[in-house]
Amino acid sequence: MATLTDAPQNPRPAARVRTGWDANPVLRWMRANLFSSIASTITTLILFVVLAKAIVNLASWGILNAVWTVPGNDTNACRAARGIGACWAVIPEKYRFILFGTYPFDQQWRPALAVLTFIALFYVSTRRSFWRKELVLIWAGALSLIGLLMWGGIPGLPFVSQERWGGLPVTLVLATFGLAFGFPLGILVALGRRSKLPAIRSLCVLYVELIRGVPLISLLFMASVMFPLFMPEGFNIDKLLRAQIAIVLFAGAYLAEVIRGGLQAVPRGQHEAAEALGLSYWQRNRLIVLPQAIRHVIPPLVNTFIAFFKDTSLVLIIGIFDLLTTAKTAIIDPAWQAFSVEVYLFVAAIYFVFCFAMSRYSRQLEQARAER
Amino acid sequence: MTISTPKRPPRPRMQFSLRNDQFKGLLWQILVVGIAVVIIGWLWSNAVHNLSVRRISTGFTFLGREAGMPITDTWIAYNPRDTYLRAFIVGLVNTLRVAAIGIVLATILGTMVGIARLSANWLLSRLAAIYVETLRDIPLLLQVLFWYVMMQGLPPARGAWKPIEGVFLSNRGLIIPGIPLDSAQYGIIGLAVLGLAVFYAIRRYLIAKQMADGQPRRIWPYGLLLVIILPALVSWLAGVTWTISMPELRGFNFAGGWTVAPEYFALLIALVTYTSAFIAEIVRSGIQAVHKGQWDAAAALGLKRSFVLQQIILPQALRVIIPPLTSQYLNLTKNSSLAVAIGYQDIVSIANTTLNQTGQAIEAIALIMLVFLTISLSISLFMNWYNARIALTER
Repeated sequence: MATLTDAPQNPRPAARVRTGWDANPVLRWMRANLFSSIASTITTLILFVVLAKAIVNLASWGILNAVWTVPGNDTNACRAARGIGACWAVIPEKYRFILFGTYPFDQQWRPALAVLTFIALFYVSTRRSFWRKELVLIWAGALSLIGLLMWGGIPGLPFVSQERWGGLPVTLVLATFGLAFGFPLGILVALGRRSKLPAIRSLCVLYVELIRGVPLISLLFMASVMFPLFMPEGFNIDKLLRAQIAIVLFAGAYLAEVIRGGLQAVPRGQHEAAEALGLSYWQRNRLIVLPQAIRHVIPPLVNTFIAFFKDTSLVLIIGIFDLLTTAKTAIIDPAWQAFSVEVYLFVAAIYFVFCFAMSRYSRQLEQARAER
Repeated sequence: MTISTPKRPPRPRMQFSLRNDQFKGLLWQILVVGIAVVIIGWLWSNAVHNLSVRRISTGFTFLGREAGMPITDTWIAYNPRDTYLRAFIVGLVNTLRVAAIGIVLATILGTMVGIARLSANWLLSRLAAIYVETLRDIPLLLQVLFWYVMMQGLPPARGAWKPIEGVFLSNRGLIIPGIPLDSAQYGIIGLAVLGLAVFYAIRRYLIAKQMADGQPRRIWPYGLLLVIILPALVSWLAGVTWTISMPELRGFNFAGGWTVAPEYFALLIALVTYTSAFIAEIVRSGIQAVHKGQWDAAAALGLKRSFVLQQIILPQALRVIIPPLTSQYLNLTKNSSLAVAIGYQDIVSIANTTLNQTGQAIEAIALIMLVFLTISLSISLFMNWYNARIALTER
């Protein structure tokens, strides 16, 4: 350790007197970050020209020459502007269908409320002060509320079968229920994979590697085509539920690998100390090991959640009406067929907002940990 | 510790009591395996019953039947009268060619973007960051559909875009000048590949010698000789002709040249840009993981900056990069199955059509899983071997 001596403190270097353009902080910043060398200057100039051109083109397509409204279904104005300007008029015309699918029109406040409940649930889950056991109850309560809103069936809320659900709520349902059921499954499988019992370990390895080795599409095909084949004759369950099962199994395998990483990061001493206290296997894991392991892997857990939030869009291929499928269906209408790019951009923006918020959050967690 | 008797303690006899851990473990295993066996058996008996009711015979005999499905974009000869087996092979080749080319392009693009993100130039690093953030946060399927719509929105063949002479971009896809290949040309290409292998062996030998005596040696002349000059000489002596076929517009379509179908092109662009965003992040964190002192130390030795990057920084960064890069390669391969959404006939799409035509659901999906498990396993094995090769050898 360095000892404090009476050696003179480092005197602060006298502030250099800046003169000319060097005195201007903006110019100084530009010199350091944009024109530091000849190569950097050339790069900046080329990028600036390309960027300026792209921005001008995009602005003239997306704003200046865009058609914002058209009377009724008369898309002649849009057709006239084709290739020069965007036809944003398709969004106000179709947004209810894109967001909520074929849910009864006068009841669409219910899925809207369900979406808000989802967002509130995500927000609450990100707050450190809510990382307690009660969070499980909050999730159970919120998911039941969402089920009640979507299905209804009580006085005042007429029943809506899940065949009529569509759009954003379906995407959120698939992803969130995938997490809610995949997470406990993942914990069990991760524990099983680290178990000393060979039969259980190999079953878990087989499950994880099999699911991770094949594309999600083949699991969804299995759910949509093979599931009825494997059930007793005459027994069938809804397509949405079948896809949900496939997504839970898929999420379980990926989450198991993330949680296993966390389990490996918990020192052996924690296990041994818990064992010395006479705790049983389940007590050891529930009270000592898992709480530490999961805290370790919250950022990768969020990233996994982002990944399968995006992957829920694959249900399009088996014909389930999630956000992407409603968007694709909205532009089957001949009057609007030519304006799919606008609709895709609109849906991309929705996905982007959700994923970007989550990835910012995960990065904040990582930075907070790095600073500790 | 002092153990005076070398005799091993007697193996504790298993006690059939719930307080005994070993016995409990055995019970748990029997329970879990029993449940798994019961569930699988129940599913299987249901399947057997359902199949007999629907009069679908199990087994892979259907592979020998005539497929009768048209496949438009193929690399190997195929016509609808061929068997299902042949159709599956065509689909497999289609999957492999989009995955292999996609992996190469995504690696190049991703590395460039990853290095750009670390650039001292603010504008360049910001643009790279925006590229990564945007592409990562939008579902790949949406991007595939978007690029496909963009391809369809291109002008028809007659009004095709012509960025440079001989290259056409239209709603028929991308058409570029091609070189017609026959057995003679393939022979020359094979010779060049062989030359590359020999060159690689020579390079290893020369590097080993340099390691021994510290004397730098020129390596590239051997490459030039073996890969280019020798095959060119053989080709000239044997009289192999190389012609360039320029595409030209005939009627409503193009003749000559090589055509990249719009479905393939859209899928490839989407896969490459999406995966490159992830690879960029991996490359960035890999380079950042190399300690700054390594740059300073190399500079203090007076080494050239390009030499430092190639010989000192990259080999160390690769150790951090390879494992996550492997999983991106696997993801790209699995994601190539999104082809089914835009009608590019990869293995999944072919299996799906087969399934609809024959009802052989179990076999078709089993084939998909078999193919992807094999590909995944091969990529992991190769990358594990590569990773072990570049791993730090500690004394």
